[in-house]
Amino acid sequence: MIAEIGQIALILAFLIAVAQSVLPMVGAHKADARLMAFGDKAALAQFILLGVSFIALTIVFVQSDFSVKLVTVNSHTDKPLLYKISGVWGNHEGSMLLWVLILGIYGALVPIYGKNLPAGLKARALSVQGMISVGFLGFILFTSNPFLRLNPVPINGQGLNPLLQDPGLAFHPPFLYLGYVGFSMAFSFSVAALIEGRVDAVWARWLRPWVLLAWSFLTIGITMGSIWAYYELGWGGWWMWDPVENVSFLPWLVGTALLHSILVLGKRHAMAHWTILLGITAFSLSLVGTFVVRSGVLTSVHSFAVDPARGVYILALLLLATGGGLVMFALRAHTLRGGPGFTLVSKEGGLLLNNLLLVTATFTVFLGTFYPLLIEAFTDGKISVGEPYFDRTFAPVMIVLIAFMGVGPLVKWRKDSWQSLRPHLLKSLLLVLVISGLTWWLGKSVLGALSIGVAAYLAYSTLVAFGRKIKFGQTGSMAGSMKLLRAQPAAVWGFLLGHMGIAICVVGITAMSVWAGDSAKVMKLGESMTVSGYEFTLTNMTPGAERNFQKMVGEVEVTKQGRKVATLKSARRFYQVRDMITTEAGIQVRPMRNLYVGVGEGDAEKGWVVRAYVHPMVNWIWLGALMIALAGFVSILDRGQKREVSS
Amino acid sequence: MKLTWKGIIPLVVFLALGIAFAIGLTKDPSKLPSQMINRPFPDFSLPDLLDMDATIDQSYFDGQVTLVNIFGSWCVACDQEHPVLMKLARNNEIPILGVDWRDTVEKGRRWLARGGNPYTRVVFDADSMLAIDLGVTGAPESFIVDKQGNIRYKFIGPISEKIWRDELKPFVLMLEAEQ
Repeated sequence: MIAEIGQIALILAFLIAVAQSVLPMVGAHKADARLMAFGDKAALAQFILLGVSFIALTIVFVQSDFSVKLVTVNSHTDKPLLYKISGVWGNHEGSMLLWVLILGIYGALVPIYGKNLPAGLKARALSVQGMISVGFLGFILFTSNPFLRLNPVPINGQGLNPLLQDPGLAFHPPFLYLGYVGFSMAFSFSVAALIEGRVDAVWARWLRPWVLLAWSFLTIGITMGSIWAYYELGWGGWWMWDPVENVSFLPWLVGTALLHSILVLGKRHAMAHWTILLGITAFSLSLVGTFVVRSGVLTSVHSFAVDPARGVYILALLLLATGGGLVMFALRAHTLRGGPGFTLVSKEGGLLLNNLLLVTATFTVFLGTFYPLLIEAFTDGKISVGEPYFDRTFAPVMIVLIAFMGVGPLVKWRKDSWQSLRPHLLKSLLLVLVISGLTWWLGKSVLGALSIGVAAYLAYSTLVAFGRKIKFGQTGSMAGSMKLLRAQPAAVWGFLLGHMGIAICVVGITAMSVWAGDSAKVMKLGESMTVSGYEFTLTNMTPGAERNFQKMVGEVEVTKQGRKVATLKSARRFYQVRDMITTEAGIQVRPMRNLYVGVGEGDAEKGWVVRAYVHPMVNWIWLGALMIALAGFVSILDRGQKREVSS
Repeated sequence: MKLTWKGIIPLVVFLALGIAFAIGLTKDPSKLPSQMINRPFPDFSLPDLLDMDATIDQSYFDGQVTLVNIFGSWCVACDQEHPVLMKLARNNEIPILGVDWRDTVEKGRRWLARGGNPYTRVVFDADSMLAIDLGVTGAPESFIVDKQGNIRYKFIGPISEKIWRDELKPFVLMLEAEQ
């Protein structure tokens, strides 16, 4: 019964989406207020229906109703409640339903928060949203229906994979989707603006909060994925350049470029073409991200052959969305007015450079990720994938980007000169020399020293830019600066947080790439090994048992120069039903370094395999990333921008 | 309607990419990519996973038909393939040279210790030195090398018993019959 309610709600949502994709567009064309207003109602109705459908699927999962095929395949009565719920989106069909639910949420936010949007733009944007909705709901209904029944009804489900029962994995996809789907707003607004032929500063300010919202959620999603991989996969890596990770990074890079081009469009009416294109691209790459994970186009091309209906539908969706958007662009590009000119040394010039570099970075990651498919199309010539490729292509682009990130915020709009930057650049150079020298002396790595120097330069330049805004040390009065500090718009705080976040991230990444230490050894009780100055001693192995697994808990005592630092517990679990072994790492988290231990197989006779890692400053990476996400959320609160719009 | 170059370029780029992918997708990836077939196995000299002081090089293919199997402890599909390789090794069907790709010594050894070692020797290729020369696109991937040390067949994806029986074994028998 409940499954049928969900199914009916889904069908109704599909029908409403069809109407939503046509009527408001026609209304906007004929300037018919009633038809345009239909968009608002349809968006809200869709949200409610999709909510009902999603709740229905959740109830079916919680009740362990094994007459529904999806529940049988992905759940089990013995699963803890949390994982029964996360099981709803832990599979292809359910995750697609989550995707459209989030699309419904964003759609509903338009009528709720977009009251001051011009009726025509709003109607057209909602109409485009409706089209996306039609595409996805059609995909679910015709190829991936989550509510299919099963007969006869099995006694229990099959989904009890212990590896997948993890809070990190449970909440990673919703955040990622909040990011991916959020970029649909950028797409819809871009296409709507193209149809209207009005891409200007006012439009840019309307678009901005949506992009910030999507981008911030995506940042959180990517960060959560990274943290999960770090503690669960057990090899202490935080980023593997794995296709699944890369495809979530692609829309992030383009989204970052988009945020900065919106800034130029909003302030100087320039870069309209760029902004529109980035809006379309960000969403296309989000679609790629959604499908690569779910359809496995990349990880195994075979799945296309296994289920051609899905594969073809996915490709058609991608082609229609991206192709449609770009055809629109081709037809309407002449209506976009170029903004006022600017010289190379200006804020616009800097932000244009930012865009070019980010697009280049996106392209290198894209190429590295999709090379097998491309190479097969053109044969001959080989590119290596994996870390070496990205180290050689992506990292240099980022270094150049950071070099310009330092000066960009300091130059004036329209026209500035190198002369005015010279004092800052000289001071920065001195700072880099001191910091790099110091780091080299302590860490004995040229690359590490340079990289830390660059991060210090970025942090310093960001603080200088912020300091100039509050006239710190210029007026001579501290009180004046404090007053200005409070008067700063949210966007400035966003800038400070975001750019400092990048600097902190770079420090963490550098430390992890250059100074991380690891070692492995077969150890008997009482034996020890040394990693990066820490002595790891295996002190105890205790067997134990839980409800569905047996375990062996190893205790490792860590000392530094004879002083005890930590006792880490790492457990090996044996799941008999599944014949699976998992390792729970023992991690001590500290601001300046993590100690990480995994006890592997062995016995008292021969000893146990113990792996030990010392990860310097790894937490800085995630701290920086979360600061970046926070920067996005803070920037949304910018009231100054809203006031300008209404005035 | 007025078209400008500025407007059309993105569409053209997208279509070009789309066509490239369409071609890529229609090609069955398990079919042999032409450029490596009938070429000598690339020169290599890499450590032995089970004895890091020893090295393995192309002299390994000395007059025997060999199956070269790319794997890694991180590779899920390799777990699926592994019992099949174990069976081949038990029945002495063919010598199998393992290439442990993008892995760590510790994890590679542990993986072999857990599921058994079907390989006569295991090349340790953490930095994709050999894998790049071979044009490896993913793991598992297998090559059949003839008595002269030439690559004659490439198979992408896990080898199943059926694939071995119907596809690879007849090919191996043919190569063994060659002078």
